[in-house]
Amino acid sequence: MNDTPTYLPESGDWSCAACGEKLTPAPIGVTYLQGGFTITLMTCPKCGLSLVPEHLAVGKMFEVEQLLEDK
Amino acid sequence: MDQQGLRDIEYRCIQEEQPACQAACPLHVDVRKFMGQVRSGDFSGARKTLDRTLPLPTVLGRVCDHPCQTHCVRVPIDAALAMGSLERAVISATGPAAKPLSMPGKGKRAAVMGGDVSALTTAWDLGKKGYAVDVYFPGDAPGGHLRELSPDTLPPAALAAEIEIMGRMNVTFRPGQTLDAALLDTLCADYDGVYVEAVSAPALGLSKADADALTLALAGREGVYCGGFAAPGEPLSIISLAGDGRRAAVSLDRHLAGVSVTASREREGACPTRLFTNTAGVIPLPAVAPADAAAGFAPEEAKAEAARCLDCQCLECVKACTYLARYKGYPRVYARQIYNNLSIVQGARSYNQMINSCTLCGQCEELCPSGFSMPDLILSARRDMVSRGKMPLWAHEFALEDMAFSLSDAFRLMRAAPGETTCSHLFFPGCQLGGDPAASVPAVYAHLRAGLPGGVGLGLACCGAPAFWAGRQDLAEAAMAAFRVDWEALGQPRVIAACASCQATFARMAPDIPVVSLWRVLLDEAGLPAPAGQLPDGPVAIHDACTGRHDAAGLAAVREILAKLGLTVEELPASGKLASCCGFGGLQANAHPELAAATIARRVAESPRDFVATCSMCRDRLAGAGKRTFHLLDLLFPSKAADPARPDPGFSYRHEARVRLKRAVLETVWNDPLPPETPPAVRLVIPEAVRAVLETRHVLDSDLARVVAYAEATGRKFTDAETGRHLAGLAGARVTYWALYEMQGGVAHIHAGYSHRMNVTGVDRQEA
Repeated sequence: MNDTPTYLPESGDWSCAACGEKLTPAPIGVTYLQGGFTITLMTCPKCGLSLVPEHLAVGKMFEVEQLLEDK
Repeated sequence: MDQQGLRDIEYRCIQEEQPACQAACPLHVDVRKFMGQVRSGDFSGARKTLDRTLPLPTVLGRVCDHPCQTHCVRVPIDAALAMGSLERAVISATGPAAKPLSMPGKGKRAAVMGGDVSALTTAWDLGKKGYAVDVYFPGDAPGGHLRELSPDTLPPAALAAEIEIMGRMNVTFRPGQTLDAALLDTLCADYDGVYVEAVSAPALGLSKADADALTLALAGREGVYCGGFAAPGEPLSIISLAGDGRRAAVSLDRHLAGVSVTASREREGACPTRLFTNTAGVIPLPAVAPADAAAGFAPEEAKAEAARCLDCQCLECVKACTYLARYKGYPRVYARQIYNNLSIVQGARSYNQMINSCTLCGQCEELCPSGFSMPDLILSARRDMVSRGKMPLWAHEFALEDMAFSLSDAFRLMRAAPGETTCSHLFFPGCQLGGDPAASVPAVYAHLRAGLPGGVGLGLACCGAPAFWAGRQDLAEAAMAAFRVDWEALGQPRVIAACASCQATFARMAPDIPVVSLWRVLLDEAGLPAPAGQLPDGPVAIHDACTGRHDAAGLAAVREILAKLGLTVEELPASGKLASCCGFGGLQANAHPELAAATIARRVAESPRDFVATCSMCRDRLAGAGKRTFHLLDLLFPSKAADPARPDPGFSYRHEARVRLKRAVLETVWNDPLPPETPPAVRLVIPEAVRAVLETRHVLDSDLARVVAYAEATGRKFTDAETGRHLAGLAGARVTYWALYEMQGGVAHIHAGYSHRMNVTGVDRQEA
């Protein structure tokens, strides 16, 4: 059971160009400074390439980066 | 910064000094607050303000001889606020006295010799503090001089009511006493402390010289304090008597509690204040006269009179500075917050953004009546954070990378004129002017070479100002050291700086390197170029560079040049020495883009005229905020590209412009064989709307080109079946960039770009 926060792209039908596989949600490790988390991202089931959506990068991720830098 | 250092810094800010009225009051009634309450009709609040400070408030509120009025800031303008009358109005409007809250009994006893105002004040204060107080006085009722006042001024019932209240505060009145030495001996033996009111006990023959000025301690007697002296020939001041009573009560309280009687008492009694109140522009308003003089102010009259109060504050710096106003405080408060922020061992440093958002422009220091410098405070805080590894990357990293670019071979060039190895002058346009695609650096350089004897070299580089602002003294010094090596090799030329920030940086970091502003040189030595092109029709306003505020010669030169061009200048309110920053200084735009936008918007709103800027960054930021702005060089060396309405070129174009400038001068001035231009990793097409977002996100074209090139070469990308667009990410040393694009004929059409610093395990990393 995967209960980590999930960040999917807001639109699109995405597949991995190299593998030709449809992306599926998968738990992915994220680290920064002293912080480490696991989140769910759309990922290629074959090669493991993960998609960081725009809203995550400029939203929550940016927020947490600043919080960790200010610690 | 240690505690003492913090206090020294705090002392420089005078905003918390008392207003003149409150400082002049021996009891320090908060007159400013009182006036605000009366103005808004809050008479019960105003009464509470009086009750908080005044002993026997229904009495003193009626009979105070208001020394505050002679100190009122309005005196030289029109007339003092009628504090005495307003106090009476508030007392009359708010009814009888209420018993103040008293502290629990302390088990110690004090005696008071005398029944006049100072004695009653001491008894009131000590009773409130929980001491048992016995008041020995001659005659049958206490009050002394208060009993000589007319019933219109002081209804006897008001005094009687306060005396009755004192009885409930553990104060006992002992009438019919002879106040002589024998009684004093007895009281000294029977009580833990004694107050002697000189005006009530003439038999003791005490004078001011017998009492210590600070504590009122009576010489030669432990635990005895003496005040309430009547100065011969001078009218008796009731509020001064109360002031003595309060001072004695503080001494007795401390004596009875066994703590220092002398420590930290400088601010008691009427005292000077350092508060500055700017009265420029204050409109004279006549004092309100009550319709019925005998009855005093009616409530509406009181409100109107109190509305004349100027609410004296300093806030000179805060009024002028968008940054200082943003955080809702003033430098004294900020110093404390910064100190606390630096002292945090664990937890969020919530003032990091405040520390990193100051423009370091120094306008505050110019405006401050006592010379408080936010830049000094902020810079030391930033350096402290850097030295302890606590400077967040978000604050300055992008600006430092931009600086590194300007110091790299892509832009950096230090050369004597063609065919020469040394030079007498070195033209140093700076990285921002060098990054303006419309800038006339080659034309200016040619003009200087033609007009100055001794050879003119060209220096393209960054002076290191961004590192200085970021608290990165190591990088600032390295940039200057590198410059110095070339400067020595070029024969120690005089530096001609086109940018005020460069000029200030040279003066600060390398005071032995002679530096002069380009404007001075054009005016005094090389001469202005022949007039060409169309000049603006109407008057222009000068936006001075904040970093040049102390270069009086440079500021004057700018005005002289504009006059010679035949342009009429309208000065902005904050110009010259008081110039406002454009929001780039101190890296404000980097650490707090939204605040920097507010900073520049305020500047833009100062005048409807076209602006003339002398700093390229200022011009670009003003233009970015929608203000038509000429660079002074646009007027002197006009070109088609130098349109005052041209937008801010943005970070990517600025990089490109620097590279092009270097290639252009190498080719046209030195006739160097140029290496082939490095083709971009992939050609990009970026719509304006997308580019504007990329700018705010600090994503450069080169970052996106790298991602796309990698994705196209390796196939490591995602494809959206609905749109056919690709999305690819690539992690660099610290930042991961993402590009959303589609390929058309080998060209990447960018739809979006973004970045993050977090390391995501499923994202490819660029090989180092």
